[in-house]
Amino acid sequence: MTNAWISGTIVAILAAAVGFFVVLRGSAFAAHAIPNGAFAGAAGANLVGVNPLVGLVVFALAAAFGIGVTSRRTRSDVATALALVLMLALGAAFLATSNDYEPAVNALLFGEILGVSSNEILPVALLAALCVMGLLVLYRPLLLSSIAPDLSVAKGVNVALLDVAFLVIVALSSALAVPVVGALLTFSLTIGPPAAARLVSSRPHRALALSVVFSLATLWAAIACSYWTNFPIGFFVGTMSALVYVVVRVVVALTSSVRTHGRVDIAVPNLTL
Amino acid sequence: MRWLFEPGLFANGSVRTALVLGALVAVVSAVVGIFTVLRGQSFAGHALTDVATAGGAAASLAVVSPLFGFIGAGVLGAGAMDAIGVQRVKDRDVATGVVLGAATGLSALFLYLITLSTSTTGSTQSILFGSVFSVEPSTLPDAAVLGLLVLAGLTFIRRPLLMSSISPELAGARGIRVRWVGLGFMVMLAVAVGLSAIVIGSILSTALLIGPPASTLKVASRLSRAVALAGVLGVFATWLGVILAYDSYYWFASRRGLPVSFFVVVLVMLEFVIASAYTRWRRVHVATLRRAPREEDGRS
Repeated sequence: MTNAWISGTIVAILAAAVGFFVVLRGSAFAAHAIPNGAFAGAAGANLVGVNPLVGLVVFALAAAFGIGVTSRRTRSDVATALALVLMLALGAAFLATSNDYEPAVNALLFGEILGVSSNEILPVALLAALCVMGLLVLYRPLLLSSIAPDLSVAKGVNVALLDVAFLVIVALSSALAVPVVGALLTFSLTIGPPAAARLVSSRPHRALALSVVFSLATLWAAIACSYWTNFPIGFFVGTMSALVYVVVRVVVALTSSVRTHGRVDIAVPNLTL
Repeated sequence: MRWLFEPGLFANGSVRTALVLGALVAVVSAVVGIFTVLRGQSFAGHALTDVATAGGAAASLAVVSPLFGFIGAGVLGAGAMDAIGVQRVKDRDVATGVVLGAATGLSALFLYLITLSTSTTGSTQSILFGSVFSVEPSTLPDAAVLGLLVLAGLTFIRRPLLMSSISPELAGARGIRVRWVGLGFMVMLAVAVGLSAIVIGSILSTALLIGPPASTLKVASRLSRAVALAGVLGVFATWLGVILAYDSYYWFASRRGLPVSFFVVVLVMLEFVIASAYTRWRRVHVATLRRAPREEDGRS
């Protein structure tokens, strides 16, 4: 149980931080596709007999690079869809040829947070630290290019490179989140809480902090509910993430005197990079 | 399992059903997919398969017809996305994401309840990944009617849809109700995607929705030609994929075949790579062709 809380907390914080930029940049599809790619990697690793984490990281990175590189020539949503489908098909082929029994597959898709063991926590924590460092380094250019792409080009930011770098961070964070909350639910935490936070505050730091708060509240509540009811954690993470967004949106719509259609633009921050 | 060892591929009932239903779904997906790719709604197209899948799981719990579950959930999901906001591009992304997140949460619950109530294994994988070989032939009439309905609806709104996909402002200025056209398209997308998710599974649903149209739009520029070519590419990948998957049972000593989805996706990707390469080659080639006469002019 302690392991679940520790690893869950790490995943929730990271998902909120990465998700803040995912929502800001409109790259939700990539954030959905990459964990699914990671899932295929875990299935492949089982087949070959390597540590699943290696498969997760390799395939998540492959998906990230695939999307990043193909997006230069094709619309990015099409590139993402094709990468996603290819990864899932590989995953299906791996599953068909291996002897995986169904609970193992379910665990990868929907997470097995209560089954996280103590020696899994260290690699998760290390990867998470790496991702947070990456985000800190890229914080300003990422923020600027998400809010004002033209301006960031004018400032000399290499947008294509930045895009790939960001996708790599998404890939690493999904690789570590998949064994904990599962391929499908990693995505829910990445979208719901940050999107809700963005509705509340237009200031980047505050929205980011709020996103972490929402995400932690969602995951902790989900772990507790899952523990009491014995229902899968994925159900609670998925529905609660969406619920946070809907509730916040309704509250904001009711309380705001200015009609903004429930959407507040993030103010452009200090532009010195 | 005796049919595995039957000599004739086409004498096999499962294969025949797979070929007929696969072709139907490939054509519907290709036509809907052209607009999906043009409108930049690939994410919604994919998300709706997962939403439909959650509906399918719910239907099997509630002992309702799975077709009803898949399509009902898809249409509900499309409505929810529209309510949250699909007009602005970045809002669309979040709306799709929130609905998709909720749907996957619900699938987790339904699949868990299914494993509790029945002791059958493999239900998760067959619901999530699907298999054309396991489709009941009795699905064919319903699927055909739904597919034709979607095609008829799209034919009906093709002009306003095309215009509002390419230039919403211009379409609005011409008196087209962009919002309603968009919602109408989302509903048709949901039906098409739900249909293909139940017939060929969620992976192939997205593959056939996006792959052939994306390849086609690299090559063809006229709508009618693009639709026809996308249909041909989709049907070709599906048929060859089904046949290869059938054959693959004999490739390994373990008698374990590779899934249809694997072959179809690989073929769809190949088509895309070839289309991209052809476009690049044509660009270079046409450029040199244009340059050549000018050089001759210079000499003379």
